[in-house]
Amino acid sequence: MYWAEMRLSFQRTLQYRVATAFSLLGFIIEPIVYLVVWKTIAEAQGGSIAGYSADDFVAYYIAWTLVRAMNIALTPYVWDGRIQRGRMNDHLTKPFHLFHRDLASFAAWKPFWIMWWIPLAVVLVAVFQPTVRPSVIQFLAFFIAVWTGFILRFVILYLLGLIAFWTTRASALFEIVVTAELLLSGRLVPLDLMPGWVQTLAAWLPFQWTFQGPIEIVIGRTDLTGTLAVFGWQVVWTAGLGALLAFVWSRAIRRYSAVGA
Amino acid sequence: MLRAGPSSAQDGSTIPSVPAVSTHALTKTYRVPVREPGLRASLRSLVRREIREVEAVKPIDFAIEPGEVVGFLGPNGAGKTTTLKMLTGLLYPSGGSASVLGFDPARRDNAMLRRIALIMGNRNNLDWDLPALDSYELQRAIYEIPADVYPRRVDRFVELLDLGGLVDKPVRNLSLGERMKVEIAGALLHHPEVLFLDEPTLGLDITMQQRIRTFIRDHSLDTGASVLLTSHYMADIVALCERVIVIHHGQIIYDGPLRRLAERFAGYKTITVTAEHLSPALDGYGEVMVADQTVATLRVKRAEVSAVARRMLADMEVLDIEISDPPVEDVIAEVFSSGVDG
Repeated sequence: MYWAEMRLSFQRTLQYRVATAFSLLGFIIEPIVYLVVWKTIAEAQGGSIAGYSADDFVAYYIAWTLVRAMNIALTPYVWDGRIQRGRMNDHLTKPFHLFHRDLASFAAWKPFWIMWWIPLAVVLVAVFQPTVRPSVIQFLAFFIAVWTGFILRFVILYLLGLIAFWTTRASALFEIVVTAELLLSGRLVPLDLMPGWVQTLAAWLPFQWTFQGPIEIVIGRTDLTGTLAVFGWQVVWTAGLGALLAFVWSRAIRRYSAVGA
Repeated sequence: MLRAGPSSAQDGSTIPSVPAVSTHALTKTYRVPVREPGLRASLRSLVRREIREVEAVKPIDFAIEPGEVVGFLGPNGAGKTTTLKMLTGLLYPSGGSASVLGFDPARRDNAMLRRIALIMGNRNNLDWDLPALDSYELQRAIYEIPADVYPRRVDRFVELLDLGGLVDKPVRNLSLGERMKVEIAGALLHHPEVLFLDEPTLGLDITMQQRIRTFIRDHSLDTGASVLLTSHYMADIVALCERVIVIHHGQIIYDGPLRRLAERFAGYKTITVTAEHLSPALDGYGEVMVADQTVATLRVKRAEVSAVARRMLADMEVLDIEISDPPVEDVIAEVFSSGVDG
């Protein structure tokens, strides 16, 4: 069933290949702004900030583009629509948990995203010429960490989406969480550049394991222990939040009013 | 788990069948936030939210046997769709219990979901951007339809519903009627044992309605599926259902043969009389519905039908007289408009 859903989702993505290309271009603009700003600041500061050289920033934000595209997950906006318009009826009468169907559907887009990302990455490397050269092992570990990071982020956003069963407006909370994630995941800037208290707070939350954790593996800013820690925390958070998700789902589904359908 | 359907005991005697669907005091109450219109009421609702409880379905009891096709009638808001949603596990009941193929639908067991289907008219469940055949492939995977059986079923549905040339087009390019046909075929690919149909012919033209009716009837006969059907088109009910359940204000007010509905609710019959010269004082026999020089149709109180017919025969040179129950549509309309409580 996973395979069938993934195949269907991939076919759907192919129907909107131009839209997908434009979305990916949108993802490129954000990191290029960060990249140029921090590279310039690092060079002006004598070559590095908080241990990040200008070259590290270049590598960080090029890897960022793939991580961002790969960790796109089902947002609570979708849940608001599903709950308010009763669009879950078909899904809920199928002998297959909606979570797995959604996960398969999103996972199927990823190879397509990667296909589009490769030429963009080549252009970025040619323009900014990072000197970081990840080993095959580092690249493989990064590749796996990006997928596991995607699953973790998928679970986080799925949990947030389930709030729509109680409020039918989960997207409002989503805006707050996205802002927190921006600061606490390494998406805006590497956490090393953040004040100590922000780093402490980030350590208690799962966001960095979906973003900065995988990036640090590929740009060589973490050793074997650090790499294993990334995977370890990803697994711990996914298992914990996954169990919470299962519990919340069982309660949420009782509240479904199937309105609008 | 109890398996629905009649079976034979070892001594040859028949074990009573377990109903495919049954409910016992099943209820659903919605909690609905309410407030008066206006800014002041809006601000007040920030502090104190008023919730009203709406009893959409009051305790209802019924059972549907394996293979039975039952019409579920009621005006808008009577509780039909809410009941269907409870029986398919979409809504959690507020009280009572239900059983579908021996399962509690509220638990939404995959084993139950594999054996039922819910079709809601005018709703699109297939992938909008892809041809229906691609969505059928997903159905095949979800319901684990054997690889050798699947193409035969698709071919059969394509033939029965005349889907050639439709299933390989993106669903968004199909008309409403065409879409409904491919939807129904997709929903039945796994041969559900219980089929819940909510207004399956809604918005379709007469020809398409007839085709879908015929398909549902044949499919139920072929597979032995039980069907619970709601429809505002009485033609659907008359064509498919011998038994109807009528729900009004969340309560079942009738559960029995369709042909008995008029006896139960219509306090009158219609007499159509044909005569060389009709009496000019026809309204003395009953309420005149239609009349011309030689033929008239009258509404007559059920208790007075025999006496009125005798008087007509005595008073006029009657060529033909026909006494019948009023059309089901009229009976149902009367039940719902008068708010009869059973």
